Amino acid sequence: MSTGKTDYKWVGTRTIRPDGHDKVTGRAKFGSDFSLSGMIHGRVLRSPHAHALIKSIDTSAAEALAGVKAVITSKDFKDQPSELIPAGEAMVNYKDMTRNVMAREKVLYDGHAVAAVAATTVEIAEAALELIKVNYQVLPHVIDVDEAMADNAPILHDDLVPVGMDAKGPTNIAKRVEFTLGDAAKGFEQADVIIERSYSTAAVHQGYIEPHAVVASVAEDGQAQIWCCTQGQFMVRTFVGQLLGMATSSIRVTPSEIGGGFGGKTVVYLEPLATLLSSKVGKPVKMIMSREEVFRASGPTSASTMTYKIGATKAGKITAVDATLKLLAGAFPGSPVQPAAMCAVAPYDVENVHIVGYDVVANRPKVAAYRAPGAPISAFGAESIIDELAKELGLDPLKMRQLNAAKTGTKAAYGPTFRNIGYQETLDAAVAHDHYKAPLGPNQGRGVASGFWFNIGGESSATVNINEDGTAVVISGNPDIGGSRASLAMMAAEELGIDYHDVRPIIGDTASIGYNFLTGGSRVTFATGLAVVEAARDAVRQLCERAAKIWEVDAEGVIWDDGHAKPASTNVGEFDPLSLAQLAAQAAKTGGPISGHNAQNVQGAGPGFATHICDVEVDPETGHVTVLRYTSIQDVGRAIHPSYVEGQIQGGAAQGIGWALNEEYIYNAQGKLDNPGFLDYRIPVASDLPMIEAVMIEVPNDRHPYGVRGVGEVPLVPPMAAVANAIESATGVRMENLPMSPPRVLAAIDAAQLRQAAE
Amino acid sequence: MQSVQFEAPGTVDEAVALLAGATGDTRILAGGTDLLVQLRAHMINPGLIIDIKKIDETRSLTKNADGSYTIGAAYAGAEATERDDITKDWPGVVEGWDLIGSTQIQGRASLGGNLCNASPAADSVPAMIVAGMTANIAGPKGRRTIPVQDVPVSPGKTSLGKGEFIVSFNLPGRPKGGGDAYLRLIPRTEMDIAVVGCGVALVLDDSGTVTSAKVSLGAVSAKVLVVDAAAKAIIGTKLDDDALAKLDAACQAAAKPINDKRGTIEYRTKIAGVLARRAVKIAAERAGS
Repeated sequence: MSTGKTDYKWVGTRTIRPDGHDKVTGRAKFGSDFSLSGMIHGRVLRSPHAHALIKSIDTSAAEALAGVKAVITSKDFKDQPSELIPAGEAMVNYKDMTRNVMAREKVLYDGHAVAAVAATTVEIAEAALELIKVNYQVLPHVIDVDEAMADNAPILHDDLVPVGMDAKGPTNIAKRVEFTLGDAAKGFEQADVIIERSYSTAAVHQGYIEPHAVVASVAEDGQAQIWCCTQGQFMVRTFVGQLLGMATSSIRVTPSEIGGGFGGKTVVYLEPLATLLSSKVGKPVKMIMSREEVFRASGPTSASTMTYKIGATKAGKITAVDATLKLLAGAFPGSPVQPAAMCAVAPYDVENVHIVGYDVVANRPKVAAYRAPGAPISAFGAESIIDELAKELGLDPLKMRQLNAAKTGTKAAYGPTFRNIGYQETLDAAVAHDHYKAPLGPNQGRGVASGFWFNIGGESSATVNINEDGTAVVISGNPDIGGSRASLAMMAAEELGIDYHDVRPIIGDTASIGYNFLTGGSRVTFATGLAVVEAARDAVRQLCERAAKIWEVDAEGVIWDDGHAKPASTNVGEFDPLSLAQLAAQAAKTGGPISGHNAQNVQGAGPGFATHICDVEVDPETGHVTVLRYTSIQDVGRAIHPSYVEGQIQGGAAQGIGWALNEEYIYNAQGKLDNPGFLDYRIPVASDLPMIEAVMIEVPNDRHPYGVRGVGEVPLVPPMAAVANAIESATGVRMENLPMSPPRVLAAIDAAQLRQAAE
Repeated sequence: MQSVQFEAPGTVDEAVALLAGATGDTRILAGGTDLLVQLRAHMINPGLIIDIKKIDETRSLTKNADGSYTIGAAYAGAEATERDDITKDWPGVVEGWDLIGSTQIQGRASLGGNLCNASPAADSVPAMIVAGMTANIAGPKGRRTIPVQDVPVSPGKTSLGKGEFIVSFNLPGRPKGGGDAYLRLIPRTEMDIAVVGCGVALVLDDSGTVTSAKVSLGAVSAKVLVVDAAAKAIIGTKLDDDALAKLDAACQAAAKPINDKRGTIEYRTKIAGVLARRAVKIAAERAGS
């Protein structure tokens, strides 16, 4: 499958991005930029309660308000059967989905949608919301994972039947997963040192800068068009079709430019509401979430509590790991506990592993994917306890990891045997990096941590059209959230042998290109990239056929080299090479348009590994942590566009530092979110971060023609433990609960000093 | 949603007449960095907004012959940082003023707005109070001048009467041997609200002994506190460790914070002492220079 060459003309260069000019000049259209004539505006009424029965909803006064065109509630949605449907990386249950987009029997979290209004202006729509009378019976609520699992917890779903375990009665535990490799008990018998610790992580939001936005227009004949910011136009089409009972062929979804997603735009919130409102009114309906709505009602990732037990020999060989992970799913089942459990110790070659995970519901918004869903959570525990173990054994923490690193041929606890992976290479590069040797000042410390993510392939379709002037258009079907358009165009240019600037990459709507699974799992440059390469090769095959026709030779006698058709050998004949442009100019005469296609379910994603080094300074009097230096080392397979890959690595580290230090959902006693805005939900600002150095290690994925591995998710896996380990190095205090905000760090330092004084 | 009437009078008298004649909720717009946020968050729904930036007096900063300053209520922090005089004389006042928000916000954010928003966490207020600033208020009964600390009453409430607004502030000349500082603690490095703020102004004699001092704390009470016991702890000392420890203890004793999403009682109390010690050291260094 490999191209067999490495002296690429475009792959590995830092080309100008195709979306750059439009984004710099403001011409790029994001979700809320789209408008249609005659358009009206939709707004959502949201629950003020964390948990309540909906006794009744009276919309009559709202409907009577001048300018109001339609009001919808759950009564306008048909109910859905309870069954798990595979939807890429996660399973979906349409019974839950219809209840999440519009509360039915109960509201299950502060911000849960209860009704929606379409009116001629936003102001009228908002005024109408205040006229809707909802009669609630407020119920006791539960926010925390351990409380939700307790025997006397308020129950969200009376009919919830847990998967993978027996339940004595009603429960908030939706699923139990278990992964076993070897015999953990036996492994602990072989250990010289055993450590057992508990950890917790807070719910954190993806923090994309662009709120959810949609315009839906349903025509009189039932044909619907939807423009929205999403990570998957085909996902929107499927989900809206299912929730509204519409045929797939009657829905056309066009994705806008996307102002960040990170997994949070792999679900629907407003799209079915706007489509239903439009179908009732017969006019286009626009809906935009406010930032407050984004925080209260769109998916963060799970909060969690965890216990880890780890054993090792004096020499540093890990003999056993036993862990229990409890992840909150929010109001409906579906936390990423399974990947969390699978990834927990995936970077290590451990013979005896036992991991149990619980998926737990509570009165919070339903979680959505967030970069390597679940893996950053379990890695915080695993990489913290491995650090502590290294200290206990007197081993350098990187040495500890080198001693136990998974290699090509290692059987992972979650099942498969790794083939060409580059984890060790990241560790070796970390040891060799001057960051690891740089001196530290007073109150400063250094931490390291590693991370793993599977990456995925999946269904991709691509078209490469050869234009009559010798340029090309690449049509793919994945919203570009990480630079995929540039990477796809570069691979197509490489295959076709033409200038990158002559290749225009376009993202098609659902009616213009075959099915594509959504942008997620770090799959697009890998999987859709493969489809583009195959489509380009299909076009090249046609180009060779045209040359054969012109030369009146067999097609097998023509090869494609550096953008030209050439005779395979002198036996074929003496012909001057024909350029792509020459062949394109004659296309009409030689058989018509030249268009390459490919559609496949791509397999062979190469897993990603990363090792991060973090230096911090801790103010011992305030607990304030400053990240001084940060280096992210990652096996990227092959960086098609190095700048974009570095951007992914830096962005993941930045988000991870935020998750580590200050980000958290704060609920008040009534179960209402107390910080639904960027003032008190503290993502890092630019001045909080040092320049993050990205070190790219290239261990090519042998199942991709250019060696591509997904790179977008694993950068978020190591940072929380890297920061915690650095804080421990600076202060001697180990932080086991996120976020490591100034009050918590100071309390831990003070408590340690009290303990020391007592001893 | 009612429509909003917007007025931008050119004189103080016109502004007072508009204010006095208003019937519904009326708001003064200076920099607007709180007002616009509150409007957009639907926290307020005023019938009349009066922009005072067209009044020259609100938009000027003058150093007077006696070394004192007259500062317009709508003069922006970013403008103050570009002045050589006030940044040298009262760096702590400018620090508190120009810490507010991001660079863009700092181009608008004003002392008048920050004070009248009446947040106990207002960054500019502790430094204004310890510098001995007073507010010049215009109203239907003419003008009056009151100390800055008497303007806020409780979170979101001021002592200003109907028809009144702050036109400008008086800032005394820097005393010989004087220095000031403002420090705050935020979880991030900028664009945040103070968990605790501390303003210090002091005067050192030639021997380095503190002859006068004022210490104030923000975000640890319903309004900015002036901590006399903290000042007393350092007056007459050369800021030795013992004096600083007493200062720390006095600030911790005076702090009466609440638990909220931005900090705990325990944390805020401790930080009040830490910041006071640090701010005093900075102010003393400046006094000596």
